[in-house]
Amino acid sequence: MTTVASVTEETDSPYALSHLDALESEAVHIFREVAGEFERPVILFSGGKDSILMLHLALKAFTPAPVPFSLLHVDTGHNFPEVLAYRDRAVERHRLRLHVASVQDYIDRGVLKERPDGTRNPLQIVPLTEKIQSERFDAVFGGGRRDEEKARAKERVFSLRDEFSQWDPRRQRPELWNLYNGRHAPGEHVRVFPLSNWTELDVWQYIARERIELPQIYFAHEREVFARNGMWLTAGEWGGPKGGETVQKRQVRYRTVGDMSCTGAVDSDADTIEKVITEIAASRLTERGATRADDKLSEAAMEDRKREGYF
Amino acid sequence: MTTTTEPADLTELPETTLLRFATAGSVDDGKSTLVGRLLHDSKSVLTDQLEAVERASAGRGQEGPDLALLTDGLRAEREQGITIDVAYRYFATPRRRFILADTPGHVQYTRNMVTGASTAELTVVLVDARNGVVEQTRRHAAIAALLRVPHVVLAVNKMDLVGHQESVFAAIAEEFTAYATELGVPDVTAIPISALEGDNVVEPSGTMDWYGGPTVLEHLETVPVSHDLAHCHARFPVQYVIRPQTAEHPDYRGYAGQIAAGTFRVGDAVTVLPSGRTTTVTGIDLLGTPVDVAWTPQSVTLLLADDLDISRGDLIAPAPDAPATSQDIEATVCHVADQPLTVGHRVLLKHGTRTVKAIVKDIPSRLTLADLSLHPHPGTLAANDIGRVKIRTAEPLPADAYADSRRTGSFILIDPSDGTTLTAGMVGESFAAPEPVKSEADEGWDF
Repeated sequence: MTTVASVTEETDSPYALSHLDALESEAVHIFREVAGEFERPVILFSGGKDSILMLHLALKAFTPAPVPFSLLHVDTGHNFPEVLAYRDRAVERHRLRLHVASVQDYIDRGVLKERPDGTRNPLQIVPLTEKIQSERFDAVFGGGRRDEEKARAKERVFSLRDEFSQWDPRRQRPELWNLYNGRHAPGEHVRVFPLSNWTELDVWQYIARERIELPQIYFAHEREVFARNGMWLTAGEWGGPKGGETVQKRQVRYRTVGDMSCTGAVDSDADTIEKVITEIAASRLTERGATRADDKLSEAAMEDRKREGYF
Repeated sequence: MTTTTEPADLTELPETTLLRFATAGSVDDGKSTLVGRLLHDSKSVLTDQLEAVERASAGRGQEGPDLALLTDGLRAEREQGITIDVAYRYFATPRRRFILADTPGHVQYTRNMVTGASTAELTVVLVDARNGVVEQTRRHAAIAALLRVPHVVLAVNKMDLVGHQESVFAAIAEEFTAYATELGVPDVTAIPISALEGDNVVEPSGTMDWYGGPTVLEHLETVPVSHDLAHCHARFPVQYVIRPQTAEHPDYRGYAGQIAAGTFRVGDAVTVLPSGRTTTVTGIDLLGTPVDVAWTPQSVTLLLADDLDISRGDLIAPAPDAPATSQDIEATVCHVADQPLTVGHRVLLKHGTRTVKAIVKDIPSRLTLADLSLHPHPGTLAANDIGRVKIRTAEPLPADAYADSRRTGSFILIDPSDGTTLTAGMVGESFAAPEPVKSEADEGWDF
C-alpha cells in the first residue's frame, strides 16, 4: 500500500453534529445575521413546505421573542384552497404581519396579460418586485435550495439584486467562510436563502423530526385531475380541463406547491410523513422535474426567470 | 407508532454527519468526469436530469451525453463549455451527506478556489498521471495550505493511460506529499483513480490490486469532520440580542450567536470584548431547549449573570482565555474583486459579526503561488492575487490567528462605496512551515 499519512479514524466524536443539526444551526445563523444587519426584512411565504420550514427555523432562531420579520405572499390567484387556509392559520397563530402581492389584481387592472398557456408562474415577477419596491424591503428571504435546479446551484446565500430586482450570475459576490456581506445601495435589496444547503430529503427528514404540520395536499389523497404535458393537474376554474382533456379521480399527492396551472401531482399512496420520505428516497425524478411545467419551457428557464427577479 | 421490521422507514435511521469538501483540478485533469462519477455512482443524478443532459447534448450534435452539462448551469458556461463560477452540489450515502464546492480549475479563478476552500474540510486535488505534479498542482496545494483545509486528497487520475503502474503513482504521491507537508498540510491521502473507468472512485479498482487504501468515496465517508474544533479556544461572536419584553418573559435578555470555536458551559466565567467586562454564563438556550454545554458550530443563546452593555459585534470568550484586541492586523489575503486593492485604500472590515472602518497601511509582499516566490512591495493587489497586508482598524478587534481558528481568524474587506466584497483575509502567519521553498528576494520569507 502506497498511501501516505492516511486517516482511518472513525467519526464518532461526541462533538460531531448530525447533518440536520448542522443545517439547522447554519440556517439560524443566517436568519440572525439578517435581523442584525437589515432594516426591513420579509419572508416569502407560499404555504409550501420550504417556506413553512423557513418560518419554523425563524421561530426557533428568536425564541422566546417573536419573529422580527413579516411575511409576503405572492398570490397567483390560482392557489390551492388548503394552502391559503394554512397560510392564514400560520399568520394568526404566530401573530405575524402578512403582505400580499396579487397577480389577479394586476390582470384586472390590465397591467399584466394572461398567457395563452394559462401559466401564471412567470406573472409573479412584476407583483413581487413592485411590492419589494413599494414596501422598501431590503432583505427578502426565499426558500430556494441549490439542489433544486442547475441555475440555483450557482446562487449565493446572500444574493444582491439591483433596483430592478435583477440577478446577474456573473457578477456575484464571492461568499467566504460564513461572513455574509449584506451591503446594498438604497433601492437595491438582498435575496437571502437560508435553505441553500438543504436537499428535498433533508427538508422532509427535518419536518418529520420536528413534527411540523403541513397542508394536506402533500399527502396522498383522492383528487379530480386531468393530464396535460405529462402531468396530473387539478381540475378547476383556473382553466382546466380544456377540450380533449378528461377528468379522472386518482390517488395523488403534491411534491411542490405552486400555481395550480403549472404544478403537477404525482401518483402516490404515501399518506404519512414516513411514507413520503421513503417515496422520495426511492424516486428517480427530481422534485421540479416531476411536478413543474414551467422549468421545461427551455434549457435555461429558471436562470432566465431569476435574472428578471424571480426567486 | 408501531415498530416493524421493515427497513424502509428512513425517519428511524440514525442521522448522518455532513462533510463539506471542494474539488481543484486543471481544465483537462478530468474534474468534471470525477464529479460526474461521484454524483452518478452515488445515484444522485436522477432520470429527468440525465434526460435533460441527453436532450441538450443531442441538440448540440454530440453523440453521447456530455456529463459536463450536469455541472455547468449557466447559459454562458454552456455556450463556452467552461465553468465560470463556484457551484454547490449535494449528494448522500447512507453514511454521510456531502456538500461539494465545485470550483473551476482555470488559473484566473484563484478566488473561486479560495471561496470553495474557505468552508471546506477537505480538498480533492486532481492530477493527470501522465503529467504528474505540475505548476497548477502546487498552486492547489498552496491554496489548501493557506486556507488551512484540514484534509487533502491527491487523486492521481487517468491511471488507465499509464498502464495502471504503481511506480508512476508512488512517485507522484511522494512528490506531492513532500511538498504539501512542507506547506503545513496536516493530512494527505493519495488515491490512484481512473474517473473515466470508475476505478477507485466509488468502486475499488479491479486492475490496481497493488493499492490497498480506500476509494475516494470511502475516504470521504470516513474522514473525521469535527477534528477537535470543540477543544479550541472558545469564541462567541454576539449576533443579536433577544429581548422579548412580553408578559411571559419580562426580563429575558439573551445573546444569540453561533459558537465560532470551542465549548461553552453553564457556570463559565467569561469576558466580553472589547469592553473587557467579566461575568458568568447562567444559562444556554439551544433554540428553545436549555442545555448545560454547547459547542461549535451550534447556534445558541447565552444568558449571563450581569446586565452588561453587550451588543451585536461583541465577542464573548472564557475569562482565562480571552484573545488580545488590536487595531493593527497583519494578514495574508486573497484579492477577489476586479478593482485592485492599494495602499491607502479605505475599506470596511467584517470580522465575525463586527464591521469596522479600516485602512490598508501596507502591502509588504505578493506571493506567486506556482513557486511560492515573493514579490516585495507590489503596492497593489489585482484580482486573484495573494499577498501580505497590514491593516489599521478604527476600533480594536479581538482577532485570533487563522492557524488557531478559521472562524475568528478570518475577515473580509468591503468597498464602502458600493458594497463589493474586495478581499478574503487570514490573520497572522500564513503557512505552518516558515522555511522558504524558493526565495531570491532580500526580504527573505515572511509567509
